Amino acid sequence: MTSLNAEQFEFQEFARRWLDENRPAPPEERLPITPLEIMKESHRDYLQDWQGKVHAAGLVGADYPVEYGGFGHEGFQGIANQELARAGTPMLINIVGLNMAAPTILAHGTEEQKKLLIPGCLSGSEIWCQGFSEPGAGSDMANQQTLATADGDNWIINGHKVWTSLGHFAKWMILIARTSKHHKYDGLTYFLMPIAGNAGVTVRPLVKITGESGFNEVLFEDAVVSDDLRLDDVGKGWTVAMTTLTFERGAAESAGGGGGDFARSVQKLVELARSSRREGRSASDDPLVRDAIAGRAIVAEGIRQNGRRARVPALCDHPMRLPLQQKVTSSEFSQGNSRLGVEIAGAHSTLYKLDPAAPDAGYWPLSYMNSYGHTIAAGTNEIQRNILGERVLGLPKSK
Amino acid sequence: MTESTPKTTKPSKVASEPMPKDFGFGPDEEMLRDLAKKLLDVEMPIEKMRRLVALDPTSTYEQGERPGWDEELWKQCVELGWTGLAVPEELGGIGVKMVGIAGLVEEVGRHALASPLIATLNATYALREAGTGEANAWLARIAEGRAASLAITNQHGSWEQASSDVVASRTADGLSLSGSAFFVQDAFKVDFFVVLARADDRSEADSDESYLLCVVPASAAGLEISQDHIHDLTRDQATLRFDNVSVSSDELVSSAGALALVRAWPAILSTISADLCGTSEWQLQTTVEYAKTRKQFDRPIGFFQAVKHPLTNAMIEIDRARSLLYHAACCIDSGSDEALDMARMAKSAASDAGRFMSDRSVQLHGGIGFTWECDIHLYFKRSMHNQVLYGDGAHQRRLLAVAIMGPISSSEVTP
Repeated sequence: MTSLNAEQFEFQEFARRWLDENRPAPPEERLPITPLEIMKESHRDYLQDWQGKVHAAGLVGADYPVEYGGFGHEGFQGIANQELARAGTPMLINIVGLNMAAPTILAHGTEEQKKLLIPGCLSGSEIWCQGFSEPGAGSDMANQQTLATADGDNWIINGHKVWTSLGHFAKWMILIARTSKHHKYDGLTYFLMPIAGNAGVTVRPLVKITGESGFNEVLFEDAVVSDDLRLDDVGKGWTVAMTTLTFERGAAESAGGGGGDFARSVQKLVELARSSRREGRSASDDPLVRDAIAGRAIVAEGIRQNGRRARVPALCDHPMRLPLQQKVTSSEFSQGNSRLGVEIAGAHSTLYKLDPAAPDAGYWPLSYMNSYGHTIAAGTNEIQRNILGERVLGLPKSK
Repeated sequence: MTESTPKTTKPSKVASEPMPKDFGFGPDEEMLRDLAKKLLDVEMPIEKMRRLVALDPTSTYEQGERPGWDEELWKQCVELGWTGLAVPEELGGIGVKMVGIAGLVEEVGRHALASPLIATLNATYALREAGTGEANAWLARIAEGRAASLAITNQHGSWEQASSDVVASRTADGLSLSGSAFFVQDAFKVDFFVVLARADDRSEADSDESYLLCVVPASAAGLEISQDHIHDLTRDQATLRFDNVSVSSDELVSSAGALALVRAWPAILSTISADLCGTSEWQLQTTVEYAKTRKQFDRPIGFFQAVKHPLTNAMIEIDRARSLLYHAACCIDSGSDEALDMARMAKSAASDAGRFMSDRSVQLHGGIGFTWECDIHLYFKRSMHNQVLYGDGAHQRRLLAVAIMGPISSSEVTP
């Protein structure tokens, strides 16, 4: 990864030029911070159209085989991701399809499954959601209660999934269900579940701490899925899910668009401090505020440089040490920033976004409350710390 | 080294090279680091270090005996060229990139090596930035194996004020130094000092030319080296007292001494950060090992999240510091304008990671961690010393905030 070959260099130039020339006009209504919070149809249409264009230009699916809707290159996608982040263009909406479903299907799927499903993940024409979490299966993910019962060439699904981002727009769901009650881990099977238009499936919005809707719950009542859409063997669901999570937890950085620009978020704090007052002075003159903002800048740069160092094996003691930190550090960085924004805004942080006097249109308190979505989702940060302690430091397992 | 004008603290804009993705850490740098690790693993295992520096608390703290160090091992290091690591090749040194030095110094920190290496590196950076023929001659001596240390700090320990309690007066054949320099590192292990002195014919508020950098041999007539009683057992520290110490013309190495130090500052901060990263990593691995073996309630204590999670948090802090360190080093090697800010970030992160890791290393070792017989205290003290040296985390952030947001304005308070 240290240097690009001629072909890759040319691709990088192309990506830069294309993004420069094809940057879309901003949508009429401000987009949420991540694709996982998209609830409005207008946002969906805007972003789906954008992902289609980015894919057609070859900046998504660059390293996937041509027969699955990709472009058959090697080492191009990382470059494209970097350029997408750098350009600050809109996010790619099909985050679950791109970062979780497609790589998992590529690793475990049949030829038919790959040809049927991967192209839609890449182009964004078919949106995916994730069905792993249940009311009783959060951090203890193997405690799945959703049942899959064999019925000829079909499976009948009954159960309840929660925190399903994009569920109301999704055509497909990656689903883990229980096929045996006798084995906790080996009793699980992985399905590629049709959601939209499936008679036994109900998608209902859940309301977040902020009063906004941001994700859904999905109810299965005798919902049918064909055995052709079972991914890998019956009883292998846990292993397949681990593949998915590897991509989820490692790939947040390459999601494109959404995250990444940490320096800009520190700059926003500086601007807030300059326009806020405390004790009769600009908050940007308050030594404690200054110390805190400098601290945020250090964490931001640290995350950026961790990403750089993770690709230099000689400077990493353990290959998973930095990649496994990424979810914890970036979610806590965002949380810390928003919380500091609330502090700096002082009395004005009490104002909801509909109040005309709310600074930055009420961004700080809302983004602070929303930040818990990231410290809880995709394996709570407590679970992440267990994983880091056990897999990297070699401490005894906490279960 | 005024702190209110960040522009003057940056070297003049030079055409900076593009930043290498791998921080410029190539096979040469890797070999140098691994060689250091191998040498120190063999020659300075923890048992030997303990015997050398921590045999008896009474002799160290009450009788104030000189802290121990292994001069034979240092001779080996000198033969390997370590004094000349940062000396340019044309002056007889090895001219290692900063990122290579960072890797090596991390190993030195990891072994808590008592030696004049870090003092010599820091003196080297200052002489390099002095850029005069006189300075170059002293750099050549360092490359030949002489060790040196900076004597640049006033009685208040103000790391970055252009200020000195040593005054230089002009004499017929050069200069004469009087006064004192404080917090001088490893003063009893070095051959000469690089001293910041205020020219007596200039006022404090005067320009860059108010401060001179002079070389003073450790054996100079009129120089008294008085040992400080310090906590850290892996180094010595001293106050230098100058009583009409004469400085010849080849010992006056810069007439813009404060400026040379400002330019050397990113490298100095990075070097201390590297030592901190090394000690912290040793503390992490040692405490993890203990948490895997020490049993309570029939389980290794590392099973419990009250132990596991703080160790994970310490790892995250250490990794942040290390990544920032390599970036700062890379900025120095590339001649980037951002080198000073990035070095401040590295020093802040490394100091804070060192503080947290030190805190947990004692606490998680429990009762035994509170005793002299447990090696944890050696690293605790070395880290504590380095956390403060050349400015702690809060100090770095205060100056970083000036770079990010400008100085605190003196506006009127309005309700």
